[in-house]
Amino acid sequence: MFNRKIRATAVAGIALTVALVATGCAAGTGDTGGDTGGDANYSITFLPKNLGNAYFDTSDAGGAEAIEEFGGTYAEVGPATATPDSQVSFIDTAAQQGVGGLVVSANDPDALCDSLNTARDNGMKVVTFDSDVNADCRDLFINQADAEGIAKVEVDLIAEQIGGAGQVAILSAAATATNQNAWIDIMTEYIASDYPDIELVEVVYGDDDDQTSFDKTAGLLSTYPELKGIISPTTVGISAAARYLSTSEFKGKVALTGLGTPNQMRDYVLDGTVTAFALWNPGDLGYLAAYATKALIDGDITGAEGDEFDAGKLGSYTVGANGTVLLGDPFTFNADNIGDFDF
Amino acid sequence: MSDTILADKPVRTYRDYGRPLWRRILLTHEMAIIGLLVLVYIVAYVSVPGFAGPLTIQYLLPNVAAVLLIALPMTLIIVTGEIDLSVASTAGLAGVAFGIANNAGLGVGVALVVALLVGVAAGAVNGFFITVVGLPSLAVTIGTLALFRGLAVGLVGTDRIGDFPAEMRSLVLDRIPGTPIPNIIVLFVVLALVFALVLHFTPAGRGIFAIGLSSEAARFSGVRIERTKFLLFVVSGLVSAVAGIYYALKTNVSLADNTAGLELSVIAAVLLGGVSIFGGRGALHGVIAGVLLIGFVGSALRLAGLTSDVISIVTGVLLVASVVATSFLAWLRVKRVVPGGKKGSPGPV
Repeated sequence: MFNRKIRATAVAGIALTVALVATGCAAGTGDTGGDTGGDANYSITFLPKNLGNAYFDTSDAGGAEAIEEFGGTYAEVGPATATPDSQVSFIDTAAQQGVGGLVVSANDPDALCDSLNTARDNGMKVVTFDSDVNADCRDLFINQADAEGIAKVEVDLIAEQIGGAGQVAILSAAATATNQNAWIDIMTEYIASDYPDIELVEVVYGDDDDQTSFDKTAGLLSTYPELKGIISPTTVGISAAARYLSTSEFKGKVALTGLGTPNQMRDYVLDGTVTAFALWNPGDLGYLAAYATKALIDGDITGAEGDEFDAGKLGSYTVGANGTVLLGDPFTFNADNIGDFDF
Repeated sequence: MSDTILADKPVRTYRDYGRPLWRRILLTHEMAIIGLLVLVYIVAYVSVPGFAGPLTIQYLLPNVAAVLLIALPMTLIIVTGEIDLSVASTAGLAGVAFGIANNAGLGVGVALVVALLVGVAAGAVNGFFITVVGLPSLAVTIGTLALFRGLAVGLVGTDRIGDFPAEMRSLVLDRIPGTPIPNIIVLFVVLALVFALVLHFTPAGRGIFAIGLSSEAARFSGVRIERTKFLLFVVSGLVSAVAGIYYALKTNVSLADNTAGLELSVIAAVLLGGVSIFGGRGALHGVIAGVLLIGFVGSALRLAGLTSDVISIVTGVLLVASVVATSFLAWLRVKRVVPGGKKGSPGPV
């Protein structure tokens, strides 16, 4: 009898624990949804590719700043890993909560479409930033820089650093990453047409994972002893590659450039591992995305080409072809100016 | 003399040693998980804004359908004491094969058959190495997890094969009129009934449990262990292929990394549902409740505004608590069957 009681108690105990966890959490933060800020529903949710990514921390902070300026409600949710459909359940949740706008950096252009369109049918505005979905699944795409500008600035930087000749390799993000693949295509053509003495030996994929990118860098350097430069068009990749180079015999001998953030790259620029790298300001990107979402919610714009809207401190923007808004030209960071930035 | 003593004592049946029927049905791990599922649903329904109403179920079911499907054969395999870690890679490979065949203009029907055959072949490869060569399933399926994914990457690389016929997509994704339930769940329910019948109501099912409890004993009782296991791995490959096709249709794209990592969601749900990782015990209703419990806890926590790290932690705690509870209860049961096992001596042998 005694043991039976223990058994029943144990089962009940587990049930109770989980119930408490569930209710406790729910009661604590159960007021995310709903509209605030007068008539318009300025409750805006940011959905990055994954959480714990410094780049999205910065962009989403920019979004939070903008949303605070116009008196909306900011929330940030996201999956732990950046797999193609891991964002679907968060989109569904935002739709259920009835948020006014969703700002998303998509892990996949197709896999999110059904969810996004269901949410849009229910009145939610969808703005993509950083990484787009198919144009018929969102209202606007905030483009950080056009692919051409990004690809060319990186190739120009590496060419300048290696003297315009020699072997280079590319350390990319995931093999299916929309942005990186588009940039790599343009880089390949641009190298062939403008820098005939540069040979692109291989594109490797670090999956936007620090350790994988680190290992792939080591692999590149051992596979190609003549390698003179690495382009890493992803912030996770370039900092992992710089970390490897800075402690290896290749420091200062193998050039590294690409897209990075000043805070991640500061030490490597100051110690001579990296001469210069490029990026836009992700904070501005999130800020612009938030104002674009507001303009959509207000009904000031519909996402049609030629629509104009105000973006706070960034000034006025015009919607281009395919519902795309361009943030501006990429910016080159080097030892002279890196101290001016903190993101 | 001794004969009369024995005759005086009433004959004790299995019933006297076992627990009463209601106890055996109600006080089980499976019922605890089902109870917990109901509890979580009710608590979330009352306290989480937006959870009430059909939308939660409408959004949840399409996202867990692949896990639900693969959990069926996985349960049977784990009950035999084996494991299949290659299910997600098989699903990915079948999805890619489906996309390629459909893209090549073979028609959806042929593409379906090709993809299902890929699944059967993948399962047969696992089954061959495990039952004919006699290697442990853990080692074999870790290998084929990488192998099948590698084949998928080799077949499509970074290409995106998509744009499946709209009729095919709506056939699986459209909801049953008037309900929040997508059509794929009908297929799941049919399969679940078949699996439950086989596992719990046929000699083959008792054989599966017997293998998990004691391979030796099962062999001596006439269970054809190798054949049973081989068939289970083939069925696992087949159902994984169904899940892979479903996933490709749902996302409308066949990528090399479709369903990556899904095997862990499946195994987590199966163990939460009360199946012993050592084999020999478990039931399908517990497993289905396990999948739904993880799903609803995720829905509720997301709606409450919690981030994915918190959801992972809660799911992890649930799983560990469930496994610990199973082991703890098993330990109690052993203690009860052999009271004071150390003191008493079984007498002269």
